[in-house]
Amino acid sequence: MQQFTDLFRQIDSTTSTNAKVAALATFFGTASDEDKLWCIALFSGRRPKRAVTSARLREWAAEAAGVPLWLLEEAYPVVGDLSETIALILPPSDRQDAQPLSAWMTFVLMLADMPEEERKAQILSAWGDLDDTQRFVFNKLLTGGFRVGVSQRLMTRALAQATDLDEAGIAHRLMGKWTPQTTSFNNLILAPSIQDDLSRPYPFQLAHGIEGDVADIGPPTDWSAEWKWDGIRGQMILRGGEMHIWSRGEELMTDRFPELRKALDFLPQGIVMDGEILAYKDGTPLPFNDLQKRIGRKTVPSSLLKSAPVVMQAYDLLEYDGQDIRERPFAARRALLDRMIQDLPPDAPVILSPQVTFSDWAELAALRETSRDRMAEGLMLKRKDGPYLAGRKRGEWWKWKIDPLTIDAVMIYAQSGHGRRANLFTDFTFAVWNGNELVPFTKAYSGLTDAEFNKITRWVRANTQERFGPVRRVTPELVFEIAFEGIAESKRHKSGVALRFPRMLRWRHDKPAQEANTLTDLKALMG
Amino acid sequence: MSRSSVLTFTNKGIYCPAGDFYLDPWRPVDRAVISHAHSDHARFGHRHYLATPQSAPVMRHRLGDIALDTLPYGETCQIGYAKVSLHPAGHVPGSAQIRVEVDGEVWVFSGDYKPEPDGFCEAFEPQRCHAFISECTFGLPVFNWQPQQMVMDEINSWWAANRDEGRFSLLAAYSFGKAQRLLAQVDPSIGPILTHGAVEATNAALRQIGYHLPNTVQVTADLDPNAYKGALVIAPPSAIGAAWAKRFKPAQTAMASGWMRLRGIRRRRSMDRGFALSDHADWQGLNDSIRATGAERIFVTHGYTEVFSRWLTEQGYDASIVATEYSDDSLEQAEVAE
Repeated sequence: MQQFTDLFRQIDSTTSTNAKVAALATFFGTASDEDKLWCIALFSGRRPKRAVTSARLREWAAEAAGVPLWLLEEAYPVVGDLSETIALILPPSDRQDAQPLSAWMTFVLMLADMPEEERKAQILSAWGDLDDTQRFVFNKLLTGGFRVGVSQRLMTRALAQATDLDEAGIAHRLMGKWTPQTTSFNNLILAPSIQDDLSRPYPFQLAHGIEGDVADIGPPTDWSAEWKWDGIRGQMILRGGEMHIWSRGEELMTDRFPELRKALDFLPQGIVMDGEILAYKDGTPLPFNDLQKRIGRKTVPSSLLKSAPVVMQAYDLLEYDGQDIRERPFAARRALLDRMIQDLPPDAPVILSPQVTFSDWAELAALRETSRDRMAEGLMLKRKDGPYLAGRKRGEWWKWKIDPLTIDAVMIYAQSGHGRRANLFTDFTFAVWNGNELVPFTKAYSGLTDAEFNKITRWVRANTQERFGPVRRVTPELVFEIAFEGIAESKRHKSGVALRFPRMLRWRHDKPAQEANTLTDLKALMG
Repeated sequence: MSRSSVLTFTNKGIYCPAGDFYLDPWRPVDRAVISHAHSDHARFGHRHYLATPQSAPVMRHRLGDIALDTLPYGETCQIGYAKVSLHPAGHVPGSAQIRVEVDGEVWVFSGDYKPEPDGFCEAFEPQRCHAFISECTFGLPVFNWQPQQMVMDEINSWWAANRDEGRFSLLAAYSFGKAQRLLAQVDPSIGPILTHGAVEATNAALRQIGYHLPNTVQVTADLDPNAYKGALVIAPPSAIGAAWAKRFKPAQTAMASGWMRLRGIRRRRSMDRGFALSDHADWQGLNDSIRATGAERIFVTHGYTEVFSRWLTEQGYDASIVATEYSDDSLEQAEVAE
């Protein structure tokens, strides 16, 4: 644990990306293969199942610290992180543990199968053997959230430095459904073949947003345009007679979309397509809300299969005839994809995402204005001669989204954030007028600067009318312009609507609460 | 005289009716007894001040020409019907707890205090009393300080590593108290130490009455930073983030404060490092100090008062909250000091 805790400490005590990568690379250069593998797993979001609920952990920590549970609960929002709260509240320890990370991970995995009483005894005894940073790291391993300012990309870069391998190649090797129990460092990273995992996806290529004038990206003839859909980005993989669906969040989603399995009847083997999974009916995409109903469910009731069927709208081809074709230009990959899909019968679950033809930027800008009517979020622009690259590379792919919908709303509740935002009020509930009543319709957390959050925090402290645990009802006075990508009817919400990607566009210092928008204004945006 | 009347709580500050004086008042009064020289405790505008001789030079530096009497630690003076004495609080040089005795009933106001001796300012001495008015800036069980030497070792190795890389070490600390504690404890063999004018003015006031501090060089407009490569620069938080600090390049920045114990706050500040070093009592320190007074009645002020008084009540004390206007080290202020 010490080596990994030192790594954590180094990463945590610097804001420099290079220093973080250097610390990781040193770890990868010196740790045992088992520890390296676990480190990769943890920083790529492959965590063991939670071995214990947070409620139990709180109780046991309070007990060990000799304080009542309510006192721990009061301290938690001030600290903003449960693992840290527990590490700080336990009696000081001068012991340190020297076992390797992999031994601790084995311990964490073992806990899951223990009877509760034994689990408690084991965890209390583990806390006693660790110093406070080790406790924090151990608690993070226990509770399964290991976000410590290192992205998978930084970890991949460090691994590339330490192994002298190509970064994109490593990113590819890290994709898929491996766990430290099913592979070894050698097989995952160093072994020459990566074909052994038939379900392994490719690293996704991502886009930057267009900020200035679209003409700045170059002549229109260099670019291919298509609609930007609001679904789930995914790869469909057909290999060895099987079909797999991976989301961009690297989740295997094959079983959630049983109707996509039919693709096996229509398409050849040895292909990987990149596209968007959309709820789709009668030739048009359904609102994201309908797709959302499908996402949470591992087994899908037949009524839902009927009301919100999904398709894969394909827009790129990464593997063909068992060959990785990502090096070929986009135009060539796309032509191959078109040829493969355009003649499929209408009941095939894979359709082509149409390309948008245009001769100049003005024409495309006009077409972009029709996005919302087509249930699209805007346009995607891809360089015709570009290869398929891992991650977000400037100048290759651009997203050109339409302006969001907006409404002016009144803040009625505020709650403090977590982690970096502990002690700052950052999570707000907003309402619009319905007669003399304010009807809550959305929450939003992002879009303001730290300075603005500081200012609002002071305001909230001075204008709290009532407290419900961590939530404060505030004087309905501050008005914010709320931006969102879409709006749909919802029976689950009091307001009768659900928003897509709501965030705060700006603080309307100039508007009194009385001049905020009404529920009628909001519903009118549903069109 | 009823036992509740030794000190009362008014909108001008804590008041002693038997002696007609106030303790650290926040509105102008005739007679003020001052616990320590931080600006929220020693304010402008009183007709007459009483404080420790060690507080006097900093108070005069900050408040100008004031009518100030001094009372050495441990000596008693009679004010009206009250006996007043000052006892080390361990917070900053010259800081005192104020002990007030009327007809055998003893009340103590802690001011700000730190039980852990830091080897620089006068070490905290618990006072037996009937009622104790305690600060609780860090009155939550997650605040437990690491031994000072451990934190100083971290600071020294941070400075040494920066020096080896040819970088300045910019360390943010309040100009009175924290800055001098750091100066007294860092290892001056690592390199030169530069100070901001506000820090240096306090240094001068303290050196003049015998506090020992290592050699420092004040940063002035004509100072050539390149002659001091690898130096430690101690300045108030407001200067570290401002144009003032731009002359030191390349540099690493850090903040020394008890709030740096929390990772979230450490990360929210735009500093490279945070060192958890506080001049206030931690959770254990608060509880131990309160127990050592033997007092049954506890009044808690500035800090996590609601939570801390509930905890003390559960522990069997007669605890209540007193609203005061001291706030220099509250979390909110720590945020503003950005």
